[in-house]
Amino acid sequence: MLRMALSVLAALIVIFSLWESYKWMGQQTGDAWPGTSVELPVSTDDIIMPHAVDIVGELFADIRDGRATLPLIVFLAKKAWFTFQEAAIGFFLGSAIGLGLAILMLRWRFAERGLLPWINVSQTIPLIALAPIVVTWGRHQNLPDIASIALISTFLTFFPVAVSALRGLQSPTPEHVELMRSYAAPWWTTLVKLRLPSARPYLFPAFKIAATLSVVGAIVGEISIGTKTGLGRATLEFAQRYAVWPERLYASVIGSAFLGLTVFGLVTLVERRVLRRAEG
Amino acid sequence: MKRQLITRIVGMVVAMTLVAAACGSDDVAVGTGDCDSVDQVSLQLQWVTQTQFGGYFAAVDQGIYDKYCLDVEIREGGVDIVPQQQLASGATDFAVSWVPKALVSREEGMDIVNVAQVFQRSGTLQVAWADSGIDEPADLAGKVVGSWGWGNEFELLAGSRKAGVNPDSDYELVQQSFDMLALLTGEIDAAQAMIYNEYAQVLEATNPATGALYTADDLSVINWNDVGTAMLQDAIWADGAKLANDEHYEDITTRFVAASLEGFLYCRDNSDKCVDIVLDNGSALGRSHQAWEMNEINGLIWPSPDGIGMMDKGLWDQTISVATSESILASVPDSGAYTTKYAEAALDVLRGRGIDTTGKNWRPITVKLNPGGE
Repeated sequence: MLRMALSVLAALIVIFSLWESYKWMGQQTGDAWPGTSVELPVSTDDIIMPHAVDIVGELFADIRDGRATLPLIVFLAKKAWFTFQEAAIGFFLGSAIGLGLAILMLRWRFAERGLLPWINVSQTIPLIALAPIVVTWGRHQNLPDIASIALISTFLTFFPVAVSALRGLQSPTPEHVELMRSYAAPWWTTLVKLRLPSARPYLFPAFKIAATLSVVGAIVGEISIGTKTGLGRATLEFAQRYAVWPERLYASVIGSAFLGLTVFGLVTLVERRVLRRAEG
Repeated sequence: MKRQLITRIVGMVVAMTLVAAACGSDDVAVGTGDCDSVDQVSLQLQWVTQTQFGGYFAAVDQGIYDKYCLDVEIREGGVDIVPQQQLASGATDFAVSWVPKALVSREEGMDIVNVAQVFQRSGTLQVAWADSGIDEPADLAGKVVGSWGWGNEFELLAGSRKAGVNPDSDYELVQQSFDMLALLTGEIDAAQAMIYNEYAQVLEATNPATGALYTADDLSVINWNDVGTAMLQDAIWADGAKLANDEHYEDITTRFVAASLEGFLYCRDNSDKCVDIVLDNGSALGRSHQAWEMNEINGLIWPSPDGIGMMDKGLWDQTISVATSESILASVPDSGAYTTKYAEAALDVLRGRGIDTTGKNWRPITVKLNPGGE
C-alpha cells in the first residue's frame, strides 16, 4: 500500500515537473520550439496552462456550494461521493450482466455465436444517442434520473466483463474438463468448482477496467442527462467558465482522475484478498 | 380587436371554470393553498440551474406552487437533453424552450404548444472588442465570426443578410464553445454571447494589459433586438394533445403557468433573494455573476406591456419571418403553435390579487461584477 502511494507521489512529481518545464520553455521562446519558429502544439499562457501550483492552490481555495462556502477539494469530494454511488450501481449491475452473459454463452455455443457480435456492436453505439433514449425510458418508468445515469454506466461496464469472463470460463484445459466429466460432475458443479476459479486471472483485470469505465460512464451520463450534483455536473459548469477559472476545470479533472484511481484501488484490494484466500 | 375580446372572454371563462373545478363545491379562488389534492408536475429546463430560471426555483422555494396545489420537480438540462423532445415523448409535463428551436421540432411533428411567452426580448448579442471596428452587422464582413450553432445562429445569419453581408461568403463563421476564450485570445473577432451570461464572463476576466477587469467600454456589442432580427426565447411549452383532450391537464397548465409567472414576479420584486434561492439550488456560479444575470433576465421580461407571459404578436411574427426566410422553418406554423388562453387566465388570477403584471415601473440596477464572477 505504501509502495503504491509512493509511486503515485513520484508520478505526480514527474508530471508536475514536465508541466512546469514545458510551460517555462514556452514562456521563454514565445510558444515555439527552442531555436526554431515552429509553434508548440499547446500554447503556454495562464489560461491554457495555469501553473501547477495554482491548480493545487485552487484545490484549497474556497468555492461557493449553494449558500455555503467550502474548500474546492471538499466540494469535489462531495460531488465525487454522488458520482461514486452512480458508478457503483453501474459497476455491480454491469459486472452481473457481463458475467451472466458469459455463462449463457459458455452454456450454449449458439448463444455465443448469436450474442458475441451484438455485444461487440453495442460498444459502437455513441453515448450521445443512448443517453436521451435511456433517460426518456427511465422517466416513463418513473425512475429517478440517477438510475438512468447508472444505466449508462452499466452499459460501459458490462462489455469488458462479458468478453473477459467468457475467455476465463473457457480457459480450463480439456484435461481438467474431462476429469470433472469422469467424476460425473454436473455442468453447474464444473462451473463453480473449476471454471469460475480458473477465470479469476481474467476476471480481475476486467473488473479493474470496468470500475474505471463505470466512473467514466457516470460522469458522461451526468453531463448528457443533467443532474443537480456530481463530478460531471461540476466539470460541465467549470468548462463553461474556463476562460475565467481555468484552475477549477483542471482541479475537477484531477478530482475525476482521483475517483477513477480510488475505484481501481478498491478492486485491487478485493483481488488481493480473494487471491490470498485461494492460496491459504 | 374583436378577436382579442373573444379570446379574453374565453380566457376568463376558462379561468372561472378552472377555479370552480379546482375547488369543487367550495367557492375558494385558485392559488390560495386550499388544496383537495396536489398534482405532481415535472418541468424540463434547457440548461443547468441559474437565475435565467429563477422564477421556477422561486416558485418552489416560496411555496407558490404549493399554493396552486402543485408539487413541481425541476429537471436541469444536460448536453443531450432536448426539452421539447422530453415533452413530446411524455417524459416531462412542461418544458422551457426557445421559440425557434421548439417550432422546428413542432414542424417535425411534435405536438407542443407555447402556453406562456416569459421572455419578451432576445438576450443574444454578438460581442467584439471596441477597437475592432465592428459596430454593426455590416462590419462583420471579412471577420472571423463565432456562433454556438445548434439553432443559436439564426439571428446572426438573418441580421447579417439584412445588412447586405452574406454569411456563406463574406465572413468566416466558426463554431464557438460556451466559454469566451476564443474572443479573449483573439481567435475570433466577434463572439456570440448571452447578455445575461457569456457577456458577463468577459467582464469577469482580467485584462492582462491593465491588470484590472475588462469593462463595457472595452467591448462593442451588436444587439439583435436593435437590428430587428431578434427571435423569441424562453417560453413554457405544453403537450398539445393533452391540452385538447385532458381537462385535468388543462387545469394543471393554468395553475402551473400562473404559479411560474408569480415566481418571476417574485424575482422582479426580490431580485437579491431570488439570487440566493438559485444559489441554494446548487449553482456553482459566483454570486455577482448570478446577480448580474438576474438583473439582465428581469430586463428581458420587464416591461411586459400586455402582462407577463403574454405573446408579443409583433415579435412572434418577426420570429416566424426570420425563421422562414432563413429556411429554418419550411412554412408558417399554424395558429395552434401558441395560445394566450392560459397566460390570460393566469393574469386574471394575479390581477385579481392587485399584482402589477406589466412591470412598467421596473428599472434595471447596476451590478458590480467581481473577478471570476464571485
